Amino acid sequence: MVDHYSNKELIFKKILFLSGLFIIALLFTIFLTLIVSSFPSIKAFGLGFLSGKIWDPVFSQYGCFPFLLGTLITAGLALFLSFFFSLSISILIGEYLKKGILPFLLKGLIDLLAGIPSVIYGFWGLFFLVPIVQKIEVFLGITPYGVSILTASLVLSIMIIPYSASIGREVISLVPSEIKEAGYSLGATRYEVIRKVILPYAKGGLFAGFLLSLGRALGETMAVTMVIGNSALLPKNIFNPGNTMASVIANEITEATGKLYLSSLIEIGLVLFILTTIVNIMGSYMVGRVKC
Amino acid sequence: MLIRIIKNRLFLGAIVLFSIFSIIPLFLILFFIFKNGISSLDFLFTSQILNAIVGTFILIILAGIFSIPLGILAGIYLSESKGRLVYFVRLCVEVLQGIPSIVIGIIVYLLIVVPMKGFSAISGGFALGIIMLPVIIKSTEETLKLIPYFLKEASLALGVPYYKTILKVILPAGFSGILTGILLSIARVSGETAPLLLTAFGSCFMNLDISKPINSLPLLIFNYATSPYSDWISQAWGASLILVSLVLILNIIAKLVVKKWKIQF
Repeated sequence: MVDHYSNKELIFKKILFLSGLFIIALLFTIFLTLIVSSFPSIKAFGLGFLSGKIWDPVFSQYGCFPFLLGTLITAGLALFLSFFFSLSISILIGEYLKKGILPFLLKGLIDLLAGIPSVIYGFWGLFFLVPIVQKIEVFLGITPYGVSILTASLVLSIMIIPYSASIGREVISLVPSEIKEAGYSLGATRYEVIRKVILPYAKGGLFAGFLLSLGRALGETMAVTMVIGNSALLPKNIFNPGNTMASVIANEITEATGKLYLSSLIEIGLVLFILTTIVNIMGSYMVGRVKC
Repeated sequence: MLIRIIKNRLFLGAIVLFSIFSIIPLFLILFFIFKNGISSLDFLFTSQILNAIVGTFILIILAGIFSIPLGILAGIYLSESKGRLVYFVRLCVEVLQGIPSIVIGIIVYLLIVVPMKGFSAISGGFALGIIMLPVIIKSTEETLKLIPYFLKEASLALGVPYYKTILKVILPAGFSGILTGILLSIARVSGETAPLLLTAFGSCFMNLDISKPINSLPLLIFNYATSPYSDWISQAWGASLILVSLVLILNIIAKLVVKKWKIQF
């Protein structure tokens, strides 16, 4: 009887353990597959792949610098554009409106914004933002492409607001009430307490929130692919069409015929994987530290 | 003194204004989808949209078969065990969650599509499953950690073996949290497009064979939205309306589940 129980017990514990091991194995498989499959391209171009400015499948010349630059510019610009908006929502929900129907409604709407699939953001961007950007370009007297790095950044900035806002709200609500009360009891206004007490205290967590949404913006594919214009040339300014690492993979991988071509695209995936992993681990490490 | 009060007011005004502005795109998107989508809904049964809906459900079921049991088991493992390995597994889950979905698409493309010599629903389901996995693991772990320790102690004290305590006491107690995690992960992957471009690929025909390419709502939206034909574009709006409704309904059900079966002790 006892043996019968402990046998099942052992099997159950083994299964749990194996499921944990499987997760590790899955991640290693992902990493190894990326490295092994991008080996031909790593061997052919070495580190020059990252700084190479020419992407030309016809002449088998592959350098991912235009896409690396496109990714960093779109994500960075999106982060910059969304900064005040997500910070405002964080402060409004985290500090001003704590109870009642209004914060509930606002939170629900923000969740909704996070729930809309990215392909729909792209679709809407194509029909709403592209004409607006075109008008701006006509006004400025530049070639009115409409699809551009700026358009992609605008769409991305709307998409990442919910993420940084929800982390920001959480961090702000974690600020101990004693130090806020201490501020108020000294006669400080709400603005002063927010600026001089809450924001400095929550600084690390807010920054982590922005890092995590940066991680998201770096890897976002569909919305960007639809509005960025997909040009392999090095973008001269933000009104030019460009490409990001994710969008070039989405556009070209099913058409990649040569071995070197496919392998170069996979190497872009590897670079993207490493970049997002570093940013995300930094972000979640900082969030974890704040929560403790 | 007056300046300080004015500053305070101005600050609140700015905050409210910025917050309102960041909600506006949501209404614009919903308005666009509704306005353009509703008129093309009568296409529903004469067009590709029905194939795409069926395809989306098939892909989600395939993804769930793989990821739900594994995710729950790994979640139990993380909440029940201690040690360096657990820490490492948790780190892996974190990394897995951050991987861009297009990269997961590449992996499944290399590991399944290329050896199978063709795009298939199975590979699409597998890719979506990998994306669902970390969400399910995390929600299971977090739910199980909330369950009071005395429940487990009481069960063990009655002589119930450990595995039965977990399966018959702890898991049912955390049912709502785990179900919510599953529903939210389904809501997330039902709009995923990028990995499907490299795996399920899309198909113009009604297809129930999971070893063949299959269409899905997000793929249809992407392919039709970027096409030059106006009736395809209007079908894409119709598909967007259906997809957004699907995601919204899943989110609402998840919220109701939390309310109805809330952990109460």
